[in-house]
Amino acid sequence: MEARNFSDISYEQYLNEGKLMGSRCKRCSALYTPPRSICIKCHGYDMEWVEMHGKGKLVAFTCISIGPPFMADEGFNRNNPYCVGVVELEEGTRVDARIEDIDTLNPESIKIGMPLSAKFLYKEEGKHLKTYLAFKPS
Amino acid sequence: MAGAGMSKFGMFKDKDSKDLFAEAFNKMASSVDKGFDPNDIDAFYLGNFTNDFFVRQAHWGPIISDLIGIAPKPATRTEGACASSALAFREGVFAVASGFYDIVLVGGLEEMSKCSTSEVAEGLAMGTVPYEGNIGFTFPGVFGVLATAYFEKYGASREHLMNVTIKSHNNAALNPKAQFNLSIGDIMNGKIKRSREKGLSLPKWKDEKDFLRDPAANPPVAWPMHLYDCCPISDGASCMLLVAEEIAKNFTDDPLHVVGIGQGSGKGLHAVSSLTSFEATKYAANEAYGMSGLKPEDIQFAEVHDCFSIAEIIHIEDLGFFKPGEGYRAVQEGLTRLDGSKPVNTSGGLKCKGHPVGATGIGQLFEIWEQLRNNAGQRQVPADNLRIGAAHNLGGTGGTCTFTILERR
Repeated sequence: MEARNFSDISYEQYLNEGKLMGSRCKRCSALYTPPRSICIKCHGYDMEWVEMHGKGKLVAFTCISIGPPFMADEGFNRNNPYCVGVVELEEGTRVDARIEDIDTLNPESIKIGMPLSAKFLYKEEGKHLKTYLAFKPS
Repeated sequence: MAGAGMSKFGMFKDKDSKDLFAEAFNKMASSVDKGFDPNDIDAFYLGNFTNDFFVRQAHWGPIISDLIGIAPKPATRTEGACASSALAFREGVFAVASGFYDIVLVGGLEEMSKCSTSEVAEGLAMGTVPYEGNIGFTFPGVFGVLATAYFEKYGASREHLMNVTIKSHNNAALNPKAQFNLSIGDIMNGKIKRSREKGLSLPKWKDEKDFLRDPAANPPVAWPMHLYDCCPISDGASCMLLVAEEIAKNFTDDPLHVVGIGQGSGKGLHAVSSLTSFEATKYAANEAYGMSGLKPEDIQFAEVHDCFSIAEIIHIEDLGFFKPGEGYRAVQEGLTRLDGSKPVNTSGGLKCKGHPVGATGIGQLFEIWEQLRNNAGQRQVPADNLRIGAAHNLGGTGGTCTFTILERR
């Protein structure tokens, strides 16, 4: 795979390309999502890219009624809350993500442990392209 | 610790950061039993999270040192999100303990209410880790996530969180400096009274929990965090005078001693090993207990960082007051009430006293000062020999946590 820095910028570039990428320490094999450039287990800094399969399960979540202005601009409010959560991937690491295609006005219907698969939310276009990592029920 | 002061916390359209700090400083000065000369202050440490964002002004150290007339003495700002002033306090302790300075002023400050709620949410979210804030996590959202994880693991529910809220309001009703010094019952009856006066149909709340269950009265902010699970937006300032032990008698015959002080750092939600505990709190507590030789059962009462109701439950477990998974039961049984075996957040906590984020760490220590010196009035902890209290402050999503143990000898 091409040489990109193991950075948040690269993580977001890959999301723009529809890929959920992590990094793996070549010395101790520890895996990280989002990618880390320094291994926090063995302090090694020789990493390689690994593409995640995008399957996982919901670990914890919240349905937010009062968000920051950029979420309000997307149309979210008290009557239309959005869900964000922590997802544990099949590969064993976790990511923060938006959770989509669920009933955010009825949060008790959202179950921890539910199987999820990745979807990419593309906002804006061209050089302003920004992609949110999201998951939906499998 | 030879003096301590705090402004009233609240939302003040007609007071700015300088007004609030002046109020805290003057209160502190009048609390020093034998008086002191501000010219004797060797250095100043000020905690402030992000007045840069809230009022578009940074670099508050020298602004405040000039305000109180101690410039050109060194003024240093510390930032640890909502734990900013606990870090200022810690720097002050190090400066005195090292022998470098003898008399140090420490303080905290935040001015939030000039922003809209949405702007405050955005400003505070700058204290999350990058992957959280930029996908829409707010602080209530982060603690909402922890609550769902806690509920799943231990079988607790929103009903248990309500016990924390009701207890905080009961304590704050006895604290004249609190932003919300009303019990939930007072708030509920006030709303019923206003409905009656306006000739509207009367709400049918049976009791405090029934009120908190009503989504019209207590709407969701970041489910399962509802309005009354969340601390308010606040303005406020706090400060304290730290002096070397050898000269303390020049200021007071009744100083408090810093016997344990700890600080830890933590990771984002995606990277932590547990979503029902803060590693940084445990590290800080371990350090403070180790330094003091004290154990959790020796802490007679504590202020803990209850930015949200679930946070208080997690902290009282992490600090060793109760076993993991038993915090919510302890609150339900009343053990953390003012008259319980381990009073927690006697001030009303962040939830009701208010949470001007940069002022909170020293604001918590101010409550320990008031309690240990028997100044807490109606909310005085009813123990015969009150000697040891502690404060736990948390910044970000557990990124910075401190634990400080104070003793009256």
